[in-house]
Amino acid sequence: MSFFALDALSLSQKIKSQELTATSVIEQTLLQIEQKNPTLNCFTAILKDAALQQAQNIDLEVTKGHDPGQLTGVPFAVKNLFDIEGITTLAGSKINVENPPATQDATAIQRLKKAGAILIGALNMDEYAYGFVTENSHYGATPNPHDLSRIAGGSSGGSAASVAANLVPFTLGSDTNGSIRVPAALCGVLGFKPTYGRLSRAGAFLFSSSLDHIGPFARSVRDIAAIFDVLQGEDPNDPVCTNLPPQPCLDQLKDGIDGLTLAIAGCYFQEGADPEALAVVETVANLLDIQTTITLPEVHRARAAAYIITACEGSNLHLNNLRSRPHDFDPATRDRFLAGALIPTSWYLQAQRFRRWYRDRVRKIFEGVDVIIAPTTPCVATPLGQQTMVINGEEILIRPNLGRFTQPLSFIGLPVLSFPILQKNKLPLGIQLIAAPHQESKLLRLAAFLEERL
Amino acid sequence: MINNPDEIQKYVEQTALLINLPIDHESMPGVVDNLQRIAQLATLVTDFELSEDMEPAPIFQP
Repeated sequence: MSFFALDALSLSQKIKSQELTATSVIEQTLLQIEQKNPTLNCFTAILKDAALQQAQNIDLEVTKGHDPGQLTGVPFAVKNLFDIEGITTLAGSKINVENPPATQDATAIQRLKKAGAILIGALNMDEYAYGFVTENSHYGATPNPHDLSRIAGGSSGGSAASVAANLVPFTLGSDTNGSIRVPAALCGVLGFKPTYGRLSRAGAFLFSSSLDHIGPFARSVRDIAAIFDVLQGEDPNDPVCTNLPPQPCLDQLKDGIDGLTLAIAGCYFQEGADPEALAVVETVANLLDIQTTITLPEVHRARAAAYIITACEGSNLHLNNLRSRPHDFDPATRDRFLAGALIPTSWYLQAQRFRRWYRDRVRKIFEGVDVIIAPTTPCVATPLGQQTMVINGEEILIRPNLGRFTQPLSFIGLPVLSFPILQKNKLPLGIQLIAAPHQESKLLRLAAFLEERL
Repeated sequence: MINNPDEIQKYVEQTALLINLPIDHESMPGVVDNLQRIAQLATLVTDFELSEDMEPAPIFQP
């Protein structure tokens, strides 16, 4: 039986028990990527020699009776904005090709390798993470493995699509306004954006520091929990990374959902979407017998404020290149960055002040509920190249609206898991499981419960 | 708040001069279009009344 569909923990177990060798897993994984990547366009770099060398080292450790870690021999890949020692960090851009190779791995990669995982490559994304579609003018579009004529979503499109296509069991991505959750939903995999500051972003190319998060994609809840546990911990190299002690989640998955108070997100989160995107939330609400609907306040303003902060901070980061070489930017991001550079300071500061107001109100709401459920995207994956979509009879732009439901949540750093809803003969959708800051275990317990029933 | 394309374009031209950000003819319509969209969103933020003690969210630790 092929190991490609196994989750990371099952694969690790087979390697530790010597049913499989890490070397054979990596060799076959590389071969499969070589065969499928010309169509799927997930990978922008493949680390063949380094991956095989690490696999041989792991096999040696295993034969000596040592335990290389929880993710022993498991191949993984990362969005190409993570530093990988020895190669240049592209962040989806042509401009960064001129940068020198990274001198060390990003913190998240270091921690995963320490747990025995084997990095095999870097993945496609929207340029500088500014997009929800992964239609990159420099490196091509990453199509959706469920329908190659449609988008994978973005900006971590390669990260989601490679897991959905069983090229690797797990990947890393980043999420500023929905860039993990949107592609996870459209590709039908789990995508996890923990609390802002919970995971170190050191060595990940920034987009908008006030809102940037990193997190994993995987095909099982226990993989998400295990990877999250490995990634937690202080890091002086990320000024935002928390110094709160790690809160391991894997062991809590078996606790079930007894004692959890659940609610559905109302109003804003029940509008502006295709009926099928809203129906999956209703299906889950019925399954869980959720009777409560909660209204978050001023969500439309939260989304607007997140948009302004992102545009300002992203543009400022790239201001020198916008001045000197604007035509080297992807046309899909260039004009947005240029416009962002011209935003009045008072709009930015008001958005940051509103952020605190909104956070305070939402904190209060979480005093009475543990997990809130909302749709991840307003629709299934749209056709590649399509600019607009019709929702409720109104034609709207796809690019800004795919993040309609994700943006107001990352805005205040809440932990959110996009849980896939796979239905026969239909394209995937996702639901967001949302908790109070640092309550990741509640989301993962609920996800484990749903995983057994859906 | 201004929100017609001609007025936005004047703002873009002057502010771009101020911050030394050249914007060529090819990009101008896209920049104006994007800034107009941002301006519409900004009204949602700036029209919302906040108390004077509501500090900006980022915290700097010396």
